[in-house]
Amino acid sequence: MPTKPEKDAITGTEIRSHEWDGIQEMDNPLPRWWLYVFYASILISIIYMVLYPAIPGITGYTKGILGYTERHALEADLVAHRESQAGFFDRIAAATPAEIREDADLLNFALAGGKSAFADNCAPCHAAGGAGRAGFPNLADDDWLWGGSLDAIQTTLLHGIRWDQDDDTRVSEMPRFLADEILTTEQIADVTQYVLAFVNRADDPAAAARGAPIYAEQCGVCHGAKGEGNQELGSPRLSNDIWQYGGTADLVAAQIGNPQHGVMPSWSGRLDESTIKMLTVYVHSLGGGQ
Amino acid sequence: MSEVQYEDAASVREQQKDLPLYAARVKIFPKEVAGVVRRYKWAVLIVLLGVYYIAPWLRWDRGPGAPDQAFLIDMPARRAYFLWIEIWPQEVYYLAGLLLIGAFGLFLATALFGRVWCGFTCPQTVWTDLFMWVERLVEGDRAARIRLDKSGWTVAKVAKRSLKHGVWILLSLLTGGAWIMYFNDAPTLVNDILLWQVTPSVLFFIGLFTATTYLLAGFAREQVCTYMCPWPRFQAAMFDEDSLIVTYEAWRGEPRGPHKKGTDWDGRGDCVACNQCVAVCPTGIDIRDGNQLECIGCGLCIDACNDVMARVGRPANLIAYDSINRQNARAQGQTAKYRLIRPRTIIYTVLLVIVGVVIMASLWTRPVVDVNVLRDRNPLFVRLTDGSIRNGFTIKILNKQRSEQGYVLDVDGLPGESMSVVGQDTASPTVYLTAAPDAVTTYRIYVRVPRDSLKSGTVPFDFVLSQHPIVEGGVTSRHESVFRGPEK
Repeated sequence: MPTKPEKDAITGTEIRSHEWDGIQEMDNPLPRWWLYVFYASILISIIYMVLYPAIPGITGYTKGILGYTERHALEADLVAHRESQAGFFDRIAAATPAEIREDADLLNFALAGGKSAFADNCAPCHAAGGAGRAGFPNLADDDWLWGGSLDAIQTTLLHGIRWDQDDDTRVSEMPRFLADEILTTEQIADVTQYVLAFVNRADDPAAAARGAPIYAEQCGVCHGAKGEGNQELGSPRLSNDIWQYGGTADLVAAQIGNPQHGVMPSWSGRLDESTIKMLTVYVHSLGGGQ
Repeated sequence: MSEVQYEDAASVREQQKDLPLYAARVKIFPKEVAGVVRRYKWAVLIVLLGVYYIAPWLRWDRGPGAPDQAFLIDMPARRAYFLWIEIWPQEVYYLAGLLLIGAFGLFLATALFGRVWCGFTCPQTVWTDLFMWVERLVEGDRAARIRLDKSGWTVAKVAKRSLKHGVWILLSLLTGGAWIMYFNDAPTLVNDILLWQVTPSVLFFIGLFTATTYLLAGFAREQVCTYMCPWPRFQAAMFDEDSLIVTYEAWRGEPRGPHKKGTDWDGRGDCVACNQCVAVCPTGIDIRDGNQLECIGCGLCIDACNDVMARVGRPANLIAYDSINRQNARAQGQTAKYRLIRPRTIIYTVLLVIVGVVIMASLWTRPVVDVNVLRDRNPLFVRLTDGSIRNGFTIKILNKQRSEQGYVLDVDGLPGESMSVVGQDTASPTVYLTAAPDAVTTYRIYVRVPRDSLKSGTVPFDFVLSQHPIVEGGVTSRHESVFRGPEK
């Protein structure tokens, strides 16, 4: 029902004709500064759309006259960041891992760089912090297959383990004692008991005794007479309670019968020399470095 | 259910057609005024601006390698310096404390003296006052300014306006420039600015504060107080009948009207309707309408009215800076005391004192060394070849002193333990650490415990860090941690 605009008695302002529960609204205009800010925002949004990528289309989008993209901005940031670190990278490239460890500044830089490179490249197998998982060695303990000195770690990183594409890769292979019918199932059970006896975990002393001569003949050459292992050959030490593929009798027997062999890629060519040095220092610092 | 009325759309549009979209600003041309309040305002303005411009130039010797500016917020180095206090980023709670003191101080001042903050000390008021003073110098007083505003664009008007805006921009530049001094070494920065060797960020912030000063003090003025500022909206909550406010004593002033010299004052009020109180008001209101939101309590109308009252020979303070209670009592011919101590002021004072004491105490007892022990979670523990268990820890020593500090790190509560530090080659039960001056030094620590001496999978123990060599005032601090191993 159209009515004549009603005026507020005190201010003389018009009252909007709608009403909710007796509450009416005065038709006060917006403050001018507020309107100016509003217009300025519209202007800025137009300028923005001209300068920056803004409107999506079917096959592309308006690029804006500044040619800005977040990807380029990121690349520029990364270049600037690398330049700011260039001094450190140069010094690391010129130093051996042992020298890096001697220099507190370089050590800090290498540990930080190594940590981030480790998380990107190594942690998927060796787990965060080098904690390892079944089949993938723990890098934080002091039990090393191929040696835990800085040089040995660097060599492993550079050339990998059983990595066909690298001629200098570390290679060793344990015979498949059951699959190739070198030993019988019973003989393997006896050797298993003998091996577990190194760490006082054998539950069948008689079997362990029967296993002793088999061990001496078949295993001792690589794993050592007392199971001390041989890092030259990458043969694990058996006289401690750290087991790559599990330490129960079943799992040890399975490993003797048809052994699994871990493979690690060579990282030379994938990572630059400096990153490999930082990784060397970082892995060495995880607690087991020798 | 109430009846709902539906509007005819066409009619609403018809109604809106002749309405303006925005409120036109009522131009205000405050008149110059002299008097007690004005003198106070000048004094406060000079002191506050003086503090603002001089503070960054004060020096404070903190020893070699440290900035010697008394008040400095060093963003790149993440330090704030206030005289002898140095604040690290993790201590921003002192800022929260400062804000609390500011808030309670404001509450107390408002409960006691009304809008003194708004009328005298608020930067918006101070700079607007300064800009109005420039305006008066260039364009003349109220009448001249109104005339100039109404006149066409003559040469004289262009010249005056250009001069005024020029001086305003210069003042704004000085304001914006001074603000930057609190974030940079002032003498170095001024030198750099003169040689035009400033970074874009410095230029940006000078430009930003110049623009805001120019806009807020030159143009927005009372609209900031009326529309933008939240403080006038809720400060009424701090008022009561004993707060001092600026009001017109209507009982004495009404009925108002022009008064001819020599005629009788009987049967009429003291207000001669000269409108001087309106003419001097920086927010353009009529105080005789009563206390209102727009009134910033600057009291210039008091000066204006007292001047007129003296001239017509009536008692002063027709517009008075007094409490409602006292004014009501006077209206009835009685006197009332101004009550300084009231529940409200007691509560604000107590809160103010509590926050102040807590901050001072925490500043006083603030440790100069802070140690954080973070234990490795990945892996939780490592089993070693000899069967012993190893845990890794990261120890961060935050040294707030300007000299290198030496420490001995011990472990208490782990039998048979041995420690080693990454980067140091000796493994021993005692480890020596140094903390670089004014920095956080991080160490990786490995703690090794024989399997047999671990009674359970989780053994609580303490790291004990003591000053080495022993010096006077050297501290020994204990830091709880746990040693994790395989569950039995």
